[in-house]
Amino acid sequence: MGAAGVDKWLYPTDRGLYCEPGDFFIDPSRAVDRAIITHGHSDHARSGHGAVLATPETVEIMKVRMGPECAGAFDAVLTGETRSVGGVSVRLAPAGHILGAAQVVLEWKGQRAVVSGDYKRAADPTCAPFELVPCDVFVTEATFALPVFRHEPAETEVGRLLASIARQPERAHLVGAYGLGKTQRVIKLARDSGYDAPIYLHGALVELCALYQRLGVDLGDLRPATTEKHGDFAGALVLCPPSSTDDRWSRRFPDPVTAFASGWMRIKGRIRQSGVELPLVISDHADWPELLDTIVETGAEDVWVTHGRDDALVYQLGQMGRKARALSLVGFEDEDE
Amino acid sequence: MQKFAVLLDSLTTTPSRNGKLALLVEYFRSAPDPDRGYALAALTDGLFPRLPLRRAIGELMTGRIDPVLYQMSRDYVGDTAETVSLLWPEDRHSRRPSPGLSEVVSAFEMVPGNAVAPVLGDFLDRLDVRGRWALLKLIGGAPRVGVSARLARTALAHMSGHDLADIEEIWHAIKPPYTGLFAWLEQRGPKPDAAGKPVFRPLMLAHPIEEGDWANLSPSDIVAEWKWDGVRVQIAAGGGEVRIFSRSGDDISVSFPEIVAAFQPYDAVLDGELLVVRDGAVAPFNDLQQRLNRKTVTPKMLRGYPAFVRLYDILIDDGEDVRALTFDERRMRLEAWHRRHRPALTDVSAIVSFEDFKALDELWSGSREAGIEGLMLKRRSSPYLSGRPKGHWWKWKRAALTVDCVLMYAQRGSGKRSSYYSDYTFGVWREIASEDGEVVREVVPVGKAYSGFTDEELLLLDKFVRNHTLEQFGPVRAVEQTLVLEIAFDAVFPSTRHKSGLAMRFPRVHRIRWDKPADEADTLDSVQRLVVATDTVEKADQPAQGDLLELPQR
Repeated sequence: MGAAGVDKWLYPTDRGLYCEPGDFFIDPSRAVDRAIITHGHSDHARSGHGAVLATPETVEIMKVRMGPECAGAFDAVLTGETRSVGGVSVRLAPAGHILGAAQVVLEWKGQRAVVSGDYKRAADPTCAPFELVPCDVFVTEATFALPVFRHEPAETEVGRLLASIARQPERAHLVGAYGLGKTQRVIKLARDSGYDAPIYLHGALVELCALYQRLGVDLGDLRPATTEKHGDFAGALVLCPPSSTDDRWSRRFPDPVTAFASGWMRIKGRIRQSGVELPLVISDHADWPELLDTIVETGAEDVWVTHGRDDALVYQLGQMGRKARALSLVGFEDEDE
Repeated sequence: MQKFAVLLDSLTTTPSRNGKLALLVEYFRSAPDPDRGYALAALTDGLFPRLPLRRAIGELMTGRIDPVLYQMSRDYVGDTAETVSLLWPEDRHSRRPSPGLSEVVSAFEMVPGNAVAPVLGDFLDRLDVRGRWALLKLIGGAPRVGVSARLARTALAHMSGHDLADIEEIWHAIKPPYTGLFAWLEQRGPKPDAAGKPVFRPLMLAHPIEEGDWANLSPSDIVAEWKWDGVRVQIAAGGGEVRIFSRSGDDISVSFPEIVAAFQPYDAVLDGELLVVRDGAVAPFNDLQQRLNRKTVTPKMLRGYPAFVRLYDILIDDGEDVRALTFDERRMRLEAWHRRHRPALTDVSAIVSFEDFKALDELWSGSREAGIEGLMLKRRSSPYLSGRPKGHWWKWKRAALTVDCVLMYAQRGSGKRSSYYSDYTFGVWREIASEDGEVVREVVPVGKAYSGFTDEELLLLDKFVRNHTLEQFGPVRAVEQTLVLEIAFDAVFPSTRHKSGLAMRFPRVHRIRWDKPADEADTLDSVQRLVVATDTVEKADQPAQGDLLELPQR
């Protein structure tokens, strides 16, 4: 069948990407009757939808972040399970982005479209690996779609963090990390590298880490960073939201080494902006080679780019003789990655 | 190279001086010869002569990366060397060893300008992203990683336990890759020989005078001189070579060719103040700043900002080391040397005569001319000693000027202060006629200060800023214009850079005037009256010398 005509049944609207025969939106930017949510980050999972279809992990994350009443009804669908929604076949496939993150595989009258949500190909001990699904139309993100982005292996970066802790045992290490996904990945990688001391958490991170533990991701001994007395944090590893590393909250720590775990830390200008001492290039998004490889491997005839650096990606796909276009969907942010 | 790249990369994100020192010491201890010597050169005087880097990069990127993607990337990253280092195609399975710093240095020494690209490309192939960035920064000139030449030498002192002064004394007699230096630092070899070369002898520095000092001083033991507001220098001449060293031992000769020429025939080491002097009058420090840190000097700069050296002391007198003599004896030597040779563009700093300390106090209080920072007091019997020995020389800076300013903006500090709003922009009132003819007042910025307050005051200022924020732009907050800061500064100059048309020298927060209403802060007019006019300064107490501004013979 090919990609021709897919845009008749799946197309962008001012509320997000809409599947007409199924009458549902994917990651809509405003409240809708029926939504499929790829993952729990706040620019993808919003409250107020009538019914939400998502992986069980994403449903749990949404409830923890926005309350159990954040949607009228939840339909938790395991990855690999297939549902029919208004005659459209819907299946969720792991995206490798964060715990519960899924691609949405849609089939309608012999055509297949895959909406990636956010994804990465690099290994991540806190979530299932990306599953490659061949398709006619691949709807991709493009957060790091510039050839300057080639992420370092996250294990190496966490190794640098642990080496810095070992080298400066009198200082606390304050790692700014996005609260959902990045935080837990950094902790898990540290545990997998043999770091078994207690890890301290900013209050904003406690609940999501507890949820990860409940969902079977073993993060070891986690303690709130708020209960200790001043001076007790020498040599400690502390995680907090990125904005807290240079806020008043950070003054309780002895001469802290500030770090930021983000794909943006590959760029010196962004490092300067963040003002941290230890930039860690750890990203939960595909880098430039991963984006191009994935697109080629799906065999998609047509590539739609949802958000990020769509100009560079669309240009490059054009150079490679592929059909590609920017959807220019609103409401997605990449700053906190 | 890879090890050096990691050092450079870590230095760029380490804010504190001690943190930088620790990284440098660790590197110098563990890196092999001759790599660490070349690294030292890169951090101090620069490593490579200017290579045609832009052309080489152009050649290399053609065919390796699509020009449109290159441009998008360059626009995003904002720096060519960094963009290239990030974009360079990488073969993760390559087994070729990464080059050592010395291999890189010797390759670029040999290569002709038109063949830089293939050599550079081969090195880039063998390095990782940090290594590529470090290499491109090295070739492009001194890498800006917040390390002064002096900090690098201080690290050498730390790693070896030697005095910084001992290292600075031989520094300009030795060359990359400094293997002899490292051998000496590690007690494997003799101290490198500096004899016969124009090298730096660490300067003798003064202590600020304190109330308690006066009781131990007698007017007859002390000589007073004006403290000129320029750049303290040491001029070392010998064997046809002349070096001008700053206080920290940096060689600044290249910026002052006319001074180099003036001393070319001599065999002497002198201590003095580098100034801009026009028609015998010392120009404000701002004028001298136009001449500092310039690699090339245009004839227009030479005419517009004529350099001059006012001599304070003599260390080597026609080849004879006189540092062990008393000040009085050296002073006679200095005057005799100057009479004998009469070098152009110099004079000898005048002795300020005084009967007693009361008379000196009056002279001190009365000194408001441009170019004078206060008085120097020197013990007549003191030898010339390196460093800052106690009980010999004192500086008596004239009282600072103060004005009451209104806090306008506050910015987050860096490093340990990154959670505090610790950099303050302040202004004074200006009256302007509004459109309907009424006179309105507005605050215009006159300066920025980030020191002068205690830790407790910083907490209070930080709290004030957070509670009185009007607007926030990134790390900067505009605050309600209600808090008066009493600002102390050494001088104020006309400046085209600021909206107020003024620039302050060394502004700092003297007091926080929590009690004073902002309405009663000073006005722009009152600050303008404190400006020292450039042209009308009297020549202060200098002996007349006919050949003062004679141009050097070349």
